[in-house]
Amino acid sequence: METTQQTESKIIELKPFTDEMVVNMGPQHPSTHGVLRLELRLDGEVVREAIPHIGYLHRCFEKHSENLSYPQIIPFTDRMDYVAAMNQNWGFCLAVEKLMAADETKDFAVPERAEYLRVLICELNRIASHLLSFGTYGMDIGAFTPFLYAFRDRERLLLLFEKICGARLTYNYIRIGGVSEIIPMEPGSVDEQNFLDEIKDFLDYFEPKIDEYNDLLTSNSIFSERTMSVAVMSAEMALSYGATGPNLRGSGVDWDLRRDEPYSIYDRFDFDVPVAKDIPELGAVVGDCWSRYKVRMDEMKESVRIVRQILAEGLPDGPVMADLKAVRPPKGEIYFRSEAPRGELGFYIVSDGTPKPVRLKGRSPCFSALSALQELSRGLMVADIIAIIGSIDIVMGEVDR
Amino acid sequence: MNPEEIYKILSDKFGESVLGLETELAGDPNIQIAPAAIADVCQYLAETGTLAFDSLMCLSGVDLGAKEEELSIVYHIYSMQHRHSVVLRASVPKTDAHLPSVSHIWKTADWHEREAYDLYGFFFEGHTDLRRILLPDDWEGYPLRKDYKEPDFYRGMRVPY
Repeated sequence: METTQQTESKIIELKPFTDEMVVNMGPQHPSTHGVLRLELRLDGEVVREAIPHIGYLHRCFEKHSENLSYPQIIPFTDRMDYVAAMNQNWGFCLAVEKLMAADETKDFAVPERAEYLRVLICELNRIASHLLSFGTYGMDIGAFTPFLYAFRDRERLLLLFEKICGARLTYNYIRIGGVSEIIPMEPGSVDEQNFLDEIKDFLDYFEPKIDEYNDLLTSNSIFSERTMSVAVMSAEMALSYGATGPNLRGSGVDWDLRRDEPYSIYDRFDFDVPVAKDIPELGAVVGDCWSRYKVRMDEMKESVRIVRQILAEGLPDGPVMADLKAVRPPKGEIYFRSEAPRGELGFYIVSDGTPKPVRLKGRSPCFSALSALQELSRGLMVADIIAIIGSIDIVMGEVDR
Repeated sequence: MNPEEIYKILSDKFGESVLGLETELAGDPNIQIAPAAIADVCQYLAETGTLAFDSLMCLSGVDLGAKEEELSIVYHIYSMQHRHSVVLRASVPKTDAHLPSVSHIWKTADWHEREAYDLYGFFFEGHTDLRRILLPDDWEGYPLRKDYKEPDFYRGMRVPY
């Protein structure tokens, strides 16, 4: 009798049966960076499947655009990635400008001064976006302090943006053919000098802070334990899923549109493209959550470098807006991509020669990167899901459009 | 390689399935492909060493208007290795919008095709999980079609504003 019992209990130990449990994480969850819902199928603490459900922030951007003229669409692009709205404005304007340039009968060029202002503002916006990413990632993992530091510094940038265009988050600053002149800044005036001095003060203050943040979070042992070797995305996988920007560079692919397909005036500046490497003494593997995070930290330094080069050169004289009678691209279609803080932001425009587009599609970097989540999270722990979402740095406004 | 060279390679390989090269309009030239052959063409583009199109930048549905009873899918493909890109277009009638899926070639096509299904009503054969992605599951119709009429009510909420 005793032996039978023993055998039975042995069987139970060898084949433990647990019910699969379905847990909804989100849409109201502080660590899902907005309104993302994950349907988690759990075996105890292990994630068998994490199925993302998106669309909670769908605002019919593409349908709206078909009924608006090109300049009217720019404020809608602000609301895509609302933490890096300058870059969204720019991506859209670049696409329209490229399509307009295809019409050889019209002579049209973005003024030099506008190009410098665009790069200056968008690189500062990239820093602001990466600061938010860094702060919230720390908070997701359980470190509250970096969030306060990051937001303190980001606030200074937002005040700068407010000075130049009057808005803190949704700027509508970059326009087709140049930049907005809503707050006039005459070339060589005191206003311009003050503005540039303020940026310089910020950079002098901010550059040493990056090292401080690296001490605070990047090399923090709890943070490293949670993120290193977690959810490794190989280079092939990243390419296949269309992950771009810091996520792709985090997987070890040396690719940056600013350097490899230079648009605007990026070819005039000297900057490096941070790419993740294996760091055996720390335990970081190319493609893990930590590598993706680290690429963003290093990118902030490069953005500072670009802005410093602009400050050293000074803004050129001249107008900030091209002489455009009407925005009316020729009949045709274009796909243009630019390097936004979250990766490759593409706009596909089909025009029939009228002032409104027939079709406008926004190719969102977060949308593609998020689709890799299901494969990345298979077999990991619930807590790792938080680490993955933070490391791929999504903004739901852009995913859902 | 430029689009003309890729067009030539494809028409030598696939013959009548490659319908033409559109270069007259402004912007990117695109190669028109018969919808039934699109997956084979994409597979060939992705796996041939000299072409090596390893990333799908964008996949978008297009409806040019009610007059042309036609929907198109436009594929923007890029090769990181050779740094060249190409645009493919496959057109299907509105009443029978079926075409093969390319999600087994580039995984990013999975969600992009779901979006095209959701907003345009394309049916991708071979897609493993074709359900709505941005709109609620019980939404009726395909909003980005030009002849779409929004419903008066959705679950008791007034839709037109």
